Amino acid sequence: MENLQLQKVANEIRKGIVTAVHSAKSGHPGGSLSAADIIAYLYFEEMNVDPMHPRKPDRDRFVLSKGHVAPALYATLAHRGFFPVADLSSLRHVGSYLQGHPDMKHIPGVDMSTGSLGQGFSAAVGMAASGKLDSSGYRVYALAGDGEIQEGQIWEAAMFAGHRKLDNLVLIVDNNDLQIDGKLEEVCSPYPIDKKFEAFNFHVITIDGHDFDAIRGAFREARETKGMPTAIIANTVKGKGVSFMEHQASWHGSAPNDEQFEIAMEELKKAGEALCQR
Amino acid sequence: MSEVKKVATRESYGNALVELGKKHEELVVLDADLAGATKTGMFKKEFPERFFDCGIAEANMTGIAAGFAACGKVPFMSSFAMFAAGRAFEQVRNSIGYPHLNVKIGATHAGISVGEDGATHQCNEDIALMRTIPGMVVINPCDAVEARAAVLAAYEYEGPVYLRFGRLAIPVINDEADYQFEIGKGIVLREGCDVTIAATGLCVNEALGAARMLSEHGIEAEVINIHTIKPLDEELVLASAAKTKRVVTVEEHSVIGGLGSAVCDLLSEKAPTHVLKIGIQDVFGESGPALELIRRYGLDAENIYKKVKAFVE
Repeated sequence: MENLQLQKVANEIRKGIVTAVHSAKSGHPGGSLSAADIIAYLYFEEMNVDPMHPRKPDRDRFVLSKGHVAPALYATLAHRGFFPVADLSSLRHVGSYLQGHPDMKHIPGVDMSTGSLGQGFSAAVGMAASGKLDSSGYRVYALAGDGEIQEGQIWEAAMFAGHRKLDNLVLIVDNNDLQIDGKLEEVCSPYPIDKKFEAFNFHVITIDGHDFDAIRGAFREARETKGMPTAIIANTVKGKGVSFMEHQASWHGSAPNDEQFEIAMEELKKAGEALCQR
Repeated sequence: MSEVKKVATRESYGNALVELGKKHEELVVLDADLAGATKTGMFKKEFPERFFDCGIAEANMTGIAAGFAACGKVPFMSSFAMFAAGRAFEQVRNSIGYPHLNVKIGATHAGISVGEDGATHQCNEDIALMRTIPGMVVINPCDAVEARAAVLAAYEYEGPVYLRFGRLAIPVINDEADYQFEIGKGIVLREGCDVTIAATGLCVNEALGAARMLSEHGIEAEVINIHTIKPLDEELVLASAAKTKRVVTVEEHSVIGGLGSAVCDLLSEKAPTHVLKIGIQDVFGESGPALELIRRYGLDAENIYKKVKAFVE
């Protein structure tokens, strides 16, 4: 898929995120929007998945370790054909299968239930180790938040992955630089992130997480890297694509009201139209 | 009288893992730097490629086990009960329990019979923690024979299982040849009509000893081995309580949240019955030889006998 096509898909995913969170009247738009391009790339270009057979054994796996950005994953899965796009409006509603955080038991295409920060990456590491044991060719991708890596369990998992040389594993850190309480550096700095993962025996690639050329190059490099797992540090903008949400920690976990929803959707509509003109 | 054979349930766990490993390629074993103590080292020696030492990182081990299970493997993960159920509680709840993944938790060194290491390592809360997780099976075998059978049954069962094993070598009271184990089915070891003693783990043998002493004083106790605390054999407990009208629970675990609480939960709702809970009475343990601690905390036959006698009278 060409970059322009990926940009259009990502824009539709952003509409899905805003629609779902607005409908739920709660949720996490900021980090969903920052991760949208990466998740779009994974499901529309990088990963071997089949919406008709979401559990096929040789599929690539994706673990959303920062489970609160479920709207980004759900919107992507819906647009990829795992379930109807219309269902996004049922996010967080009583009786809906679209739970506030990913639920592998009930949502087609979700490979691991996550939400409690730090835990998803360990499961991804287990999946990668399992693939190695079977000499299966599938690859495992995990997306963590930059705030999430404050959890000690992330580093326990990184130590194991580096020690076991899991080169079928890629961790993407969505480095939007903001967490609930503010800027990472003001809360409890995890920097330098790249040097930490290097020290844990990862191959580290730092990219602009909204540049599809850079994203494409990083995942290609990860595939070519043997004998060690890869960490992609993706510099992103929290709230990317919705002007009033960008760079705002306050949009970490709050939903737009009706008026804000209209403005956001109008912006995304215009962005989509601009892409179609190209 | 021949010498009673004593074997630690953790020893039986290690042997059973090897036995299962020979038959089932999808079985993998994880440990957190305690393979020698938990006895998963036996499996490691036999199947090194299917053994994963996660280092001293129980939270991560729990997630890795979940990842293996999500890919169709049957992982047995081991550490001391304190760390498997205690430290990693939230990981067990969210990464294994919530997605109902097929992970077996082989927790050793449970209870005060850990002995000399003292309170930090004597987990008397694991049954309470594990039984609050929806869908989690909780098994506490009473001897080596039952431990082996429990491990084999846990493998066959699809879903998360918590298996509780001890450090201490304890008498083998079941006969390997005719022993039958079924998850969720208690076993009546002695019939009686004056009082029911529902016991679990190493307290089962002590309860049998207490019952013999009680019998000498004209009190006939019905002794039930509750190896599966969740799901509890409600039918058996209710039937016995209806017969004896008095129930005593005995466990090497806190009286808060363990077998005693499970029995009270049942009886208070379906058949209000006077219950005496024998166990660790809301205190931490301490260092000392295991057998001395068992006596000091009132879990030996003599102490059980005295408490039951006073309760009945």
